[in-house]
Amino acid sequence: MIAYITRRLLLIAPVLLGVSIGSFALLQLVPGDPAMILAGQEATEEVLTRIRHEHGLDQPVPVQFLVYLRNAVRGNLGISIQSRQPVATLIAQRFPFTLRLAFLAILVSAALGVVAGIVAATRRNSMLDLAALLGSLVGISLPIFWLGLLMMLVFSVRLQWFPAGGSGTATHLVLPALVLGASSSAVIARMTRASMLEVLRQDYVRTARAKGLREQIVIYRHALKNAMIPILTVFGLEFGYNLGGAVLTETVFSLPGLGRLIVEGIFARDYPVVQGAMLVVATTFVLVNLLTDIAYAFFDPRIRYE
Amino acid sequence: MSDPARAAAPRGSGFWADTLHRVVRNRAAVAGGTVVVLFIAVALFAPVLSPYDPLKGRLGERLRAPSGAHWLGTDELGRDVLSRVLHGARITVQIQLAAVGLALAVGAALGLAAGYIGRWVDQLIMRLMDILMAFPGIFLALAIIAALGTGLGNVIIAAGIFLVPQFARVVRASVLTLKDMEFVQAARALGQGDFAIVFRYLLPNSLAPIIVQTSLRMATVLLTASGLSFLGLGVQPPSPEWGAMLSNARSYMITAPHVAMIPGLAIALVVLGFNLLGDGLRDSLDPRLRE
Repeated sequence: MIAYITRRLLLIAPVLLGVSIGSFALLQLVPGDPAMILAGQEATEEVLTRIRHEHGLDQPVPVQFLVYLRNAVRGNLGISIQSRQPVATLIAQRFPFTLRLAFLAILVSAALGVVAGIVAATRRNSMLDLAALLGSLVGISLPIFWLGLLMMLVFSVRLQWFPAGGSGTATHLVLPALVLGASSSAVIARMTRASMLEVLRQDYVRTARAKGLREQIVIYRHALKNAMIPILTVFGLEFGYNLGGAVLTETVFSLPGLGRLIVEGIFARDYPVVQGAMLVVATTFVLVNLLTDIAYAFFDPRIRYE
Repeated sequence: MSDPARAAAPRGSGFWADTLHRVVRNRAAVAGGTVVVLFIAVALFAPVLSPYDPLKGRLGERLRAPSGAHWLGTDELGRDVLSRVLHGARITVQIQLAAVGLALAVGAALGLAAGYIGRWVDQLIMRLMDILMAFPGIFLALAIIAALGTGLGNVIIAAGIFLVPQFARVVRASVLTLKDMEFVQAARALGQGDFAIVFRYLLPNSLAPIIVQTSLRMATVLLTASGLSFLGLGVQPPSPEWGAMLSNARSYMITAPHVAMIPGLAIALVVLGFNLLGDGLRDSLDPRLRE
């Protein structure tokens, strides 16, 4: 197990390095003089020189990158152009919110998706199975922002069950989590169905049935445990997509998360904020996938020896 | 048809005829395909089908509910929503074709190189893809938009690059399986060059997964591009791009919900169509699922 974890850690090191190069390169890719971008269009030559020096822009690009990397590792992601606050502080204020939203969405999708998947698999080719398959296909096809507006119209404006936007209480998170979890639950339902069907074909399930065990026990105690293993990986991936989807959900429901921070940063051409947020999101995603891979290997020893 | 041998055969002969048979019998593929064909027809004939100019509004007719004169009502500038949705289909098709085309060309080339050459080339390319995929969901597209700016062309680039890793992986996986098969080995033993092997054997035999991916990714591209426009970071108003229409209409959600609901419904329908088609194609093209 330790060898496996070490190997995985070695594998993600170049990815993380690449991610940091990517977010560093963002400012380099923007057409125009980076100093001008940081200082604003009306900056005098004097100010530009000072900015260049302060941000190390007078150094060769590889040196700039190493400085950027060193600072990032120490938690220094630069200063926001717009608010003049450290980017790390802004992210620390906003990221927990997005993480919570993405986590709630995963809970929603786990509950909906796994149940729907089991029902579909155990009643294969029935109307319920067809409904679950069709429902999940519709689920992944709905644009998240549209579903958000629709839910808001129905549950906030018409029925007035939940607030239409903003944050603060738990009720503010119900609709956003449902909206965000909808598409993941569709993916998880399909995975669960496929995985269950695979497992239900196995000899040990037949043995369990032959022993005369009740169908409930065969499905929930014997089959589901093994069927859940491949679904674990999907949870990691879906968590990442939920971070992405949170950008749209936060916009629909006016929520103060990291997604909004990035979008506002792009509008304000506040590149340090965009760079920092991208770096944090990508690193989080890579680490979450690492954790799910490790969990996968823990539950399924065959993976470790591949 | 007069050929008795052919008439006696239960199905058309040959791989593609066989495949076509399976596709036509697959209900999901037929349903999805119908939606897709209708959508493309709408995009082609939008100027003929539209009752009004999609960009010109009458201020006296703002936010009208659907009626005989305006089947889907009017928006906040008195523009006909139906005409805008129909013209939006044109923009959508453009984005989809260009972005998926870009992703397919770049991704297939990278996937072929990685799978066929192997060794460090494979390592290098696949690690690069890992890096691109480390930016989850719409984030990669957002990063590209942040660097390049908004607008139709940049949306295509952003949505296209976002999909490059998907195509690269599919093509690589296919090439890896094919490359050790006997018919490829035989071709090599007969002295065929790399070029011939790649273009005569590997690529044509990878077509099935590529076609399935293309259909599914047409759906993803639409969601990504309209998402960007919805955020205000994609195609800009007054263009009747569906995401942009929806974004505008948010302010009138309570008084005129139809203005926001209709473009969203259009996106959902087209995405569902491509997903159904892709799923159906996978079931009928994937040899592993054949019974």
